[in-house]
Amino acid sequence: MSEKGEQGEKGQQGGKGEQTGKAGQDRPAEGDRPDERIPVQRGDTGEVIGVRRGMFGANNGGDTTGYGRLVRTVRLPGETARPYGGWFDEVADELEGALEEQGLVPSNAIEKTVVDRGQITFHIAREHLPRVARTLRDDPALRFELCTGVSGVHYPGDKGRELHAVYHLRSVTHGRLIRLEVTAPDADPHVPSVVDVYPANNWHEREVYDFFGLVFDGHPALTRIMMPDDWQGFPQRKDYPLGGIPVEYKGAQIPSPDQRRSYS
Amino acid sequence: MSTSESPTSPGGPGKTARSPRSTEGPRETTEGPVYTVTGGDWDEVVTAARKTDDEHIVVNMGPQHPSTHGVLRLILEIDGETVTEARAGIGYLHTGIEKNLEFRNWTQATTFVTRMDYLMPLFNETVYCLGVERLLGIEDQIPDRATTLRVLLMELNRISSHLVFIATGGMELGATTVAIFGFRDREMILDIFELITGLRMNHAYVRPGGLAQDLPPGAVDQVREFVKKMRKNLTEYDKLVVGSPAYKARLQDVGHLDLTGCMALGVTGPVLRAAGLPHDLRKSDPYCGYETYDFEVPTVDTCDAYGRLLLRLEEMRQSLRIIEQCLDRLEPGPVMVADKKIAWPAQLALGPDGLGNSLDHIKKIMGTSMEALIHHFKLVTEGFRVPPGQAYAAIESPRGELGAHVVSDGGTRPYRVHFRDPSFHNLQSMAAMCEGGQVADVIVAVASIDPVMGGVDR
Repeated sequence: MSEKGEQGEKGQQGGKGEQTGKAGQDRPAEGDRPDERIPVQRGDTGEVIGVRRGMFGANNGGDTTGYGRLVRTVRLPGETARPYGGWFDEVADELEGALEEQGLVPSNAIEKTVVDRGQITFHIAREHLPRVARTLRDDPALRFELCTGVSGVHYPGDKGRELHAVYHLRSVTHGRLIRLEVTAPDADPHVPSVVDVYPANNWHEREVYDFFGLVFDGHPALTRIMMPDDWQGFPQRKDYPLGGIPVEYKGAQIPSPDQRRSYS
Repeated sequence: MSTSESPTSPGGPGKTARSPRSTEGPRETTEGPVYTVTGGDWDEVVTAARKTDDEHIVVNMGPQHPSTHGVLRLILEIDGETVTEARAGIGYLHTGIEKNLEFRNWTQATTFVTRMDYLMPLFNETVYCLGVERLLGIEDQIPDRATTLRVLLMELNRISSHLVFIATGGMELGATTVAIFGFRDREMILDIFELITGLRMNHAYVRPGGLAQDLPPGAVDQVREFVKKMRKNLTEYDKLVVGSPAYKARLQDVGHLDLTGCMALGVTGPVLRAAGLPHDLRKSDPYCGYETYDFEVPTVDTCDAYGRLLLRLEEMRQSLRIIEQCLDRLEPGPVMVADKKIAWPAQLALGPDGLGNSLDHIKKIMGTSMEALIHHFKLVTEGFRVPPGQAYAAIESPRGELGAHVVSDGGTRPYRVHFRDPSFHNLQSMAAMCEGGQVADVIVAVASIDPVMGGVDR
């Protein structure tokens, strides 16, 4: 066998070894598990945003691969316990202190704090977002002067918190970057606008409204920005189809991208 | 160009089907008289406008206008020659790239993102790949050669982007010599890109984990040659542009935006540095090893279009410095991560018919190794999985902070990718720069922001 093939195999074995090791660590108490033979999933903590079933995208019963009963729970990284490490603790302390000074209970405003992949995320209760943003901008120890816009994410499986608005704030003074995350349910898609604090977010909030239908209360002119004004629906929600038509290539029909096999 | 005039409602209801020469009189609406003018003689428009004592005219500049950088629509309310209110209408070039990415695997996405801001394709690719690599947790495993080449290509791309800024900006002022010079020099960079990536634009060369392929023979020499030539050519711009009284008269004190305005509007890049703040992510939040390169962040404090021009010229010089350092530290080695579960297996090779599969590789997977064939097939059709979570990567593009917010649900496709495009953010400052100025200065102000609509609309 040639060199590359060996390397590939080695990589595979290494991967497997790691997986089983992890599963062993996270094993819950006996009896909790429905079936002893099924290995538990890695990382049982965190926010569940959905459950994926099967493989190869065959959801209509035509799956003959034997992978049809595969169940995968999708979890985003969960809450992190202190210390967060580096300057994260300093920012968290300062933010909590500043909120307390304003008569806010920090644990009411900050739902949870996640440190993942070297970045810190503060999950903020949506009603407190403008206050928190103003504090982050104005407090001398925090000074997050630049808001790099808001990004919407739609998690249809995250019941009651389907729509997420993610803000990245940059501090030029201290050279730091943090992330704020706010959620709203599909039934009540409202988040307060931060345009008062960061005028830079004007167009970005319009963009998120345009694509996700998330209404930013208090925005000076919340209209569609990318799509035509009379467009129906919100294109980047997960239930909005991509569209497209099948294409014929050398006699075969190639389905449109959203109809192709997806490997869930 | 169409003009609609109304004393009370700019851009009010005036879209009924009427003959092109219906400039005789106003149409009474509930919001006052509305004049609709399409085509016809400009004199008639002027006479019709003179008949009323109201001087305010709403002019749609664009979306198809030679000097608005693609399909940008500027809605200007003008009083005589003065712009009293300016708004930008965008979205004419929206292509749904972010949505499309959710239906392709992680590697295929580079082919889409490279087309967003078409003047900085390599920045788009790199920021996306940095985001994915952060999600994968393989940032430390990217080979040095790949990182150095990324820096090299990004700096070349920065020069080509600034050259287009100077060329098109000059064209908009009627300085056609500058336009020709700019595109002439940019052509040299595009030739280098074609040699290295196979394409002049839309490269899809930077891939999650590294690069699509290594440098072809002769590339280093050609880049060295270019640096030498560009050093010489840059002085031509100094002579043509910097000292030119015509340029100074058109650019100085035009499109004023001070530091406070920049910070409030989230403006980054040359516009911010022309307001005196040396904020450059290459220095303040280094990525791709920029902290190890020796270069300076130029600033000027004029806050106007002229300062932004000088600044970009100086940035090109600094980029040349970085390119030389890249060439000096290039060492042979891999350009893709060693992890075969992520690295694209094909080892693409440049053949006589363009970029294609390497014949050696095909021979191996088809002839000798069944496992390698399976592995190749799985990786190409299914792609690799990325652990759930989100990451934000930001780099300093020619226009400012380019950010990618990448979210994964653990699948083989991105769950959501959002790009914080600097053009999109910076274009918001158009109103602040233009209001109160002359109509002719709107062109200069917009050109000094250097928006690229492919990036604005994505």
